[in-house]
Amino acid sequence: MSLPLLLIILVTLGAAALAMALRNLIHSALLLIASWAGVAAFFLWAGAEFVAFAQVLVYVGAVSMIVLFAVLLTRRSRADLAVAPDSLGRAFSGFLAGGAVFGVLVGGVLSSPLPGSKAVEPTVSVRDIGTQLMGPNAVALLVVGVILTVALLGAVVLAATEPKPDQGQAQEGGR
Amino acid sequence: MNLDPLHLCLIFSSALFCIGLIGTLARSNTILVLLGIELMLNAANLNFIAFWRYGPSPVPATGVLFVLFSIAVAAAEAAVGLALVIAIYRHQKNVRLQEANHLKG
Repeated sequence: MSLPLLLIILVTLGAAALAMALRNLIHSALLLIASWAGVAAFFLWAGAEFVAFAQVLVYVGAVSMIVLFAVLLTRRSRADLAVAPDSLGRAFSGFLAGGAVFGVLVGGVLSSPLPGSKAVEPTVSVRDIGTQLMGPNAVALLVVGVILTVALLGAVVLAATEPKPDQGQAQEGGR
Repeated sequence: MNLDPLHLCLIFSSALFCIGLIGTLARSNTILVLLGIELMLNAANLNFIAFWRYGPSPVPATGVLFVLFSIAVAAAEAAVGLALVIAIYRHQKNVRLQEANHLKG
């Protein structure tokens, strides 16, 4: 058991748990960036450098910015940043369900015989990844490109459509 | 206690998954729920890399490719989810999930 791995686990899990427990949305988002960076550090530790850089670029760079913008766009005043406390029953049932899933998962992992740790670390160079992506996995790459294009266009359409004013008035009158 | 590195990695990813699950179930702010889902996706990526590192695999790059595709799909999911959050906010000036209970009008 290596010390760097334990440190990475501690930082990642601590940041994630604190982010899910805090009231302030901005603090939650910033702590989640730390957690994603911890996951990237785990990828580096495991020897998957390319994936670690992709994680840093996509999560630490892009998704965090989207989240921060969404937090800032969906508030009216400074007081809105602090989320009102949720009901105790909801939190309790969430903990119960999550704890049960965690127990089942850890029990399953610990009781299953897994292949022992390999002595040699698999080495994958960027050239290998490129040939794999362009050769046997070219169709998957194209499909992912199409999915990204369609999803981003859909996101723009969803977020940019203004409700028509007459509809809004009819809605106000209807209530 | 003597754990294999693979066991430790799998327990790590289970813990991250459950933190995301608890956040998703226990919080009622839409943005926090989305962030919990992102945490669960990250836990799945951790599993891919752990099995790629320690498990037997015929093609050496399989786990890495899986994680790359998974990150791409997760990015698309985050963009659509946060656009939905903005659409809900514009509709009812609120992002609490309990109040998003009508589809039309």
